[in-house]
Order: sequence, then C-alpha cells, then structure tokens
Amino acid sequence: MANRFDVRSQPGFGTIAIFTFALLYLPILALVVYAFNGSESLTVWGGLSLRWFVAASQNDAVQDAALRSFIVAIWAAGVATIAATMAAIATTRVAPYRGLAFKYAFINTPLMVPEIVTAVALLIVFSRVKVWTGYSGLGYLILAHTAFCIPFAYLPIRARLESMDASLERAAADLYATPWQAFRRVTLPLLRPGIIAGFMLAFVISLDDVVITEFVKSGGQDTLPTYMLGQIRRTVTPEVNAIATAFLALSILLVTVFFFINRKKA
Amino acid sequence: MPEPAVPQGKRVAIEARGIVKEFGQGAGSLRALDNVSVAIRENEFFTLLGPSGCGKTTLLRMIAGFEFPTEGAILLNGEDIAGLPPFKRPINTVFQSYALFPHLTVWENVAFGLQMLGRPKAEIASRVAAMLKLVRMEELAQRRTDQISGGQGQRVALARALAPSPKVLLLDEPLSALDYKLRKEMQIELKRMQHETGITFVFVTHDQEEALTMSDRIAVMSKGRVLQIGAPTDIYDKPADRFVADFIGESNFLPATLLSLSSGVARVKLASGAEIPATVAEGLVPRESVTIVVRPEHARAVREGGQVSGRVENVVYFGTDTHIHVALAGGGTFIVRQQNSRNGVAGFQVGDAAGIEIAADAAQVLRD
Amino acid sequence: MGSAADAARRAESETTRRRWLLSAPALVIIFVAAIGPLFVMLAYSFMTKGDYGDVKPIFSLDGWFSVLLQRDIFDDTLSLADANLIIMWRSLSLSAITTAATLILGFPTAYFIATRPRETREMWVFLVTIPFWTNLLIRTFAMQQVIRNEGILNSLLMWLRVINEPLPIMYTDWAVLFGMVYVYLPLMVLPLYASMEKLDFRLVEAGYDLYAGRLAVLRRVIIPLVKPGIVAGSILVFIPSLGAYVIPRVLGGGKTMMLGNLIELQFGAGRNWPLGAAMSITLMAVVMIALLFYVRNAARAGGGHG
Repeated sequence: MANRFDVRSQPGFGTIAIFTFALLYLPILALVVYAFNGSESLTVWGGLSLRWFVAASQNDAVQDAALRSFIVAIWAAGVATIAATMAAIATTRVAPYRGLAFKYAFINTPLMVPEIVTAVALLIVFSRVKVWTGYSGLGYLILAHTAFCIPFAYLPIRARLESMDASLERAAADLYATPWQAFRRVTLPLLRPGIIAGFMLAFVISLDDVVITEFVKSGGQDTLPTYMLGQIRRTVTPEVNAIATAFLALSILLVTVFFFINRKKA
Repeated sequence: MPEPAVPQGKRVAIEARGIVKEFGQGAGSLRALDNVSVAIRENEFFTLLGPSGCGKTTLLRMIAGFEFPTEGAILLNGEDIAGLPPFKRPINTVFQSYALFPHLTVWENVAFGLQMLGRPKAEIASRVAAMLKLVRMEELAQRRTDQISGGQGQRVALARALAPSPKVLLLDEPLSALDYKLRKEMQIELKRMQHETGITFVFVTHDQEEALTMSDRIAVMSKGRVLQIGAPTDIYDKPADRFVADFIGESNFLPATLLSLSSGVARVKLASGAEIPATVAEGLVPRESVTIVVRPEHARAVREGGQVSGRVENVVYFGTDTHIHVALAGGGTFIVRQQNSRNGVAGFQVGDAAGIEIAADAAQVLRD
Repeated sequence: MGSAADAARRAESETTRRRWLLSAPALVIIFVAAIGPLFVMLAYSFMTKGDYGDVKPIFSLDGWFSVLLQRDIFDDTLSLADANLIIMWRSLSLSAITTAATLILGFPTAYFIATRPRETREMWVFLVTIPFWTNLLIRTFAMQQVIRNEGILNSLLMWLRVINEPLPIMYTDWAVLFGMVYVYLPLMVLPLYASMEKLDFRLVEAGYDLYAGRLAVLRRVIIPLVKPGIVAGSILVFIPSLGAYVIPRVLGGGKTMMLGNLIELQFGAGRNWPLGAAMSITLMAVVMIALLFYVRNAARAGGGHG
C-alpha cells in the first residue's frame, strides 16, 4: 500500500508549489509585521505597536489621498459598470451582426495597451485640454479611470449574461412583458450578481492604479498609491507599511467578497 | 376507424399563409420554410411533426412572434399579426427548456403574465390558484423553480402559459426532457388539460408515436415544407408521400404500373405480375409507373399463394409480434409483421419459401 | 405579403439602432480616454520637439530616428543610440527571463493545485487570487523590504553566515527581476491552472499504460495538453513585464531603467515628447505582435481540440 502508484503526482512539484506559496506570502507578511513595529527604523524591531497606524491616520496628506482614491474609484467604477452593463447587453447572446467584433475589440483595447503607453498618451492630450479649458479638477482622473475600468466591469457582466438562458426573456415577452418590463423584471434581477462583481472588480482596479494616475493627476491630486510611490522614494518609515497594510486589508476584503459572490453563482 | 375529433367546419383559430422564411441573405441564405400554409382550427390539438431541422420550430416561433416571416402572413382569427411583437399576441408558449424564471417562485412564475397584463390582484390570486390546481402543483407554490423536478417544472411551465387564457397555446417539444414513463403520463395530462381548458394547442415534436397518440390533426414537415396534413389515422394509413410513409411507422415500398384509375382507387400491376387495388390520395394525378406503400401489419406471410413471393431472409422476434423479412424474387425486401399468439410464432424459418398476401385496400399510391 | 417583410426589416433596423445606442457610452468613454489619445500620440511622434517639453507643429522624423540612433552634437554624425538600445535590450531580456522563471515556478504550482481534492482546490486558487488582486505597488514595496541591504534576505543570509557583507541587490537588474517574478507569478499560475483543471487524467493513465515513465508522461502527454495555458500564461507575464514601470522605478532606481522608465524620462527631464511618443508606439507594436501570436495560437488550439 505504501508504494501505491499515484498517476497524478510528479516528483518535486509539491516542493516547488510550497516554495511558490511561501514566495507569494512571505514578503507581504514581512510588510505587515513591520507595520506593527514600535521602532523608528524598518530594520530594528521595537516591539508591537500601533503608533504608525495612528501616525498615518492623523497625517493630513494620507487622509486627503485616501479620500481622493475613494471618490475617484466610486465614480469611475459606477460609471464604468453602467456603461459596461449596457454594452454587455448589446454584445452578448446575439446573432453575429456587423460591428459586433469591432465593439468587442474596442471595449477590450484598454486591457491590451501597456499602461505606461496609455498614461503618456493621456498626459499629452489632457495637458493640452487643461490649458484650453482652465479646468484641472478630478474629472480627468475619473474619466481616465472609467475608461480602463470598463473592460474589467464588462468581463463578469458578460460572463453572467452568457450563462443566462435567452429563452427566459423570450418567455417574458411571450407573457406580455414589454421589452422594458422584461429587462426590469427578468434580465436585471438575474444579472445582479454579475453587475455587483463587475463593480467591485472595477473599484479594486481603480483603487490600485498607479501609473495612469501618476501621469494624469494635476498638482496636489495624489491618490493613495501615488502618495505611497512618492514616500517609498524618500526615507522610509514604517508609516508607509501601516498605510500599505490598511490598503492590503481592504483589497483582501473586497477580493474575498468578490470570490464568494462569483462562487455562489456557479 | 374513428373520425377526427374536430368536426369539419369549425372556425380557424390561427393560420399560416404562404410562409417563406430565409435566414441570411444572397447566395448563402438558407430557406427554412418554403411556402408553408396551415390552418389550425379552434379547440384543436394540432401537431407539427418532423425531423430536426425541418422548420417546425421556426414556424412555431413565428406564430409566437420570435421570428418574422420573409414572406406570407400569420392570421389570428383572420387578422394578420405577423408584425406584432410577442407581448402583444394572445398566444403563449411552453418552452422546450421550460424557461422558468429562476429568481421567482412557482407562484410568481404563474402570476407573471397576468401581472404584465395589469390584472387586479384578486383576479391574479384566484387565477393562479386555479392554474396550480389544474396542474396539481398547489403544494409547491412557494418553492423556487430550481428546487423542483423536471416533471414539476413542466407542469409549472404549462400553468404559466395557460394562466393568461391565451387563444392559442404553443408547445415546443415540451416532453423531450422527461424520461419515458413521465412522458407517457404527461401525454395523457396534456390531453386532459386541453379538453378542460378548450384552448387550441399547437404541439411540436419529432416523436411520431407522441404525435399519433395525442393529436387531432398532424402536419408532417420535411425540409421546410408541409408534406401532408391529416388526422393520425389518415397519416398512418394513407401516407401521401414516401417521406411520410418512411418517417411514420415502417413501410414496404413496391414499384408498380398504373392500369386504371376510378374515384380515388387505382388498379396497379406489381413486378410479380399480380394486380391489386391501391388508394390514391386526393388531388394526386399518378403517372404510369408508381410506387405503392404497404404497412408491415397490413400483409401476411403465407406458405403458398400471395401477390408477391420470395424467400425468408430473417425472422426477428419482438415479444408481441414477429417481423419476417422476405427477400422478394424480383429484388428488394418485404417486411411482414405478425402478431404472436400462445401457439407460438408464425413458424417460418430462414430459407423457407414464402408468399405475401396484401390485405384489400392496404396499398397506397405515393406522390413521387 | 410586403407588410411582413417590412415589419421584419423595421424590427431589424430598430434592433441595430438600439444596440449601437446601448454600446455608445462605453465606446465613447474608451475612445476619449484610451484609444483617441493613442492617435494623438502617433501624430506627436512625427512632430518637432518643443524647447520646454510639448511639441511644435512642424513635421519631423527626429523622434523616430532617435529611438535607435543619435546625432553627434559636434559633427552631426549618426551613431547607434547605445543608451536606448541597452535599455530596450534589458526590457526584452528581463521580460523573457521573468517569463521563463514564472513558468518554472508556476507550472508545478498550477499542477499541484489541479491535483488537490476538489474541496481544497478552491482554497489554493483563492490563495493565488489574493496577491493577484493586491496592489502592485504594495507588492513591489514588500519585495523591496525583502531584498534591501538591511532586509530579510540579507539578514537571514548573514545570520546563517553564508555572507559577511550584505549583498547589494537593490538597484540592480536582479532586483528588477526578483520584483517582476514576484509580482507577475499569479498571472502565470492562474491561466495554467485553468487549462490543467480541464486535464483528463484518464489520458495520463493511458500514457502510463503504454509504458511511458513520469518524465515521458509529463513531456509527451501533460505539456502538449496544457499548451494553451502555457501560451496564455507566458503572454500574460511577458506583456506587462515589457511595459513595466513601477517595479523598475522602485527597485531599479535610475541605473536599471526599463522601456517604461525611458518613455517617462522623455516626458520629464528629457523633454523630448516626439521621442517618447515614438518609443511608446514601438512598445505597443511589440505588445501587439506578441498578442497576435497568442491569438493565432489560441485559435489553432481551439480548432484542434474542437
């Protein structure tokens, strides 16, 4: 019995897998541990302390950046989700029609262009628009974020729509529901998990963005990631670890919720 | 043989007139329906029968309003409704997949149509209760539709489609997902419900047995055309067309020469030299060389005599009856079906010489 | 007879109109804030550089020339732009090595997950998903804390007396490589897992039945069957590696720039927007070629397996 042949096992694969998981989590773990470090420096352990979390939460720049991140993410994810839902309805479960492939490619383009390329292209255009209009508010950031959030919101909504039986809407029409009633009473309730997943995905993507934000933002418009990028280049204190840890906790929370929403659907 | 259950002269409920449906355009287009006309009468159980791809479902979807005809008209009580969207047609469908709304309960599913029509709450409640009673689903009214079985789903789909009292009920292969026993039960249930509600049923199936058991009339379709419309007995006993004869039941085809023709009965001469009478379908003008069809149970294998003869090639035992395959002297095989009795099977062995006696008026002249 | 056909045509054109209206917001937003600016940038790459950044609207191919060549300021002779070439070569080679390294680590990991019992498999996938959705900057920062002179890696090695002096990893190619492998590893594991999950182990059994050993089964049965996953994972790692900006900026400093940082430089201190635009389009072209390769491969794999 001890030498039973297992067709599934391959020598050494388990070891490499464990190494990979260690590699994935040890650096994050180190970052989190040092966030609770009582000492001024990153290298010396000064006992368990929350002082850097307190310091970060009382730092005006951090507060501003966090608030800005949320405002941008909520607007961008919200608008992107609405636009993506509409687009998904127009491009899913339909017989191929002229323009369908075009729309599909168009919507997914932001996924394919390297971020730095989009970033400098937006810098070129928006810097000129800022001069012309004199407006340099958050609108640029929200617009740029919305654009790259759309394909992410589109993905789960489309997947959900695709798995929906098209005869349900046909049944609604057969039972005297007008197209709008069929959408409100049948399509939308069934689509809800996909829409929620799409919004959350878009929200996380917007919240995480560094590159495009760095190039599009006007002076004094740091979001949390660009603020951290600036801090990392300067002398590092565990305050950055504290911010990163809080950020991390939020991301994990959102991903977990997303994961379970998606699982329930399947 | 009983006459069709629908008396002649009943009013036409729904009619498809000269329907052509083409998918795609230009050279690559596909003609799914080719000049199809059917008139379905009030209170009739009408079946569209044919193999998959024959256009029966397309025709049904057109009546429901999910497809538009390329040419032709759909008349409901004499009015063309081809341009109306499905939600403006007093016609409901039982979908093949049932299409029950998974986010609604059984009760809410059945109430859906009435709610969309804006009926008062009290009326909806009583109507839904009546429908659930009709399909014997009162107990599961508050269940979600993903918590009921396939047979129960079928009943809910029926109740939902019947609740708004449609003029015509369309059923798109509604029994195909059920297992054999449940299917037999539902066939009887469906007939009962049609009888109780008095609604015109248009039923689509590829199962000839189902069609023969349930229908008042059947339209046999193939490759986008209607080949024959008639009562089950007409279709079975007097197939007008080689496809119909082949698709429904088993058939023997024999080449023959037309000798004379008077009042729907022809005299034909078989290859063996025997002369027999054969029925000619209404409106058919046969040519000189024709094909006649004989059902296996309308002939008998005999030791001597018979209109054609040959040698027994195979004897296949089926329990209730036995099929005797006879290789004919002039080529081809003739299959005879004989009822088994306590005294054993017909007693033929492979290799025996056998004659075949064709019953009087069993033969039918086919359209080419 | 005509009324039915008319109704059909009317319904069809109405449907088409509604579909375009529904797609319009998404298409307009993406055009304004993603695709349109790329065309503006393409135009900028053919203009003359401005004195303080920006461009002058005069046609010039200088931007494109400067991607590979440089003009000597004293005698106007053309020579290869060594600095640019070194950075481009670094981008390509580091991206290739990153892809190979993530494949070596990711393949066994994905296989390991795919062969777990069904109940625990989801948990392992979830463990890969978390870093995948964790902020890239945070993970880069985490890696920085591991490899810096006073970081965990050096402390550990010194404590083990493997080394006496801290290894200066930060601001070297190695630092960028470590960072990219670490950050992009989930991008390799997830598509690999997706194709391995579908692997039919009866085929593996058939391989063993026909006298193949472990290695032969791996090489002749498993790898060919999960090739679409290998290609997808490699593309998903290679493309963002090529355009990496944050990782080399944080871990590489000014000495080990990659193409992304070189592009930024042209819009910052370099003040050569046409050159930056030309480089961006070059980067995009390379990415598009890689994607085209992937799409063709995926189409073939899809057709082959039905």
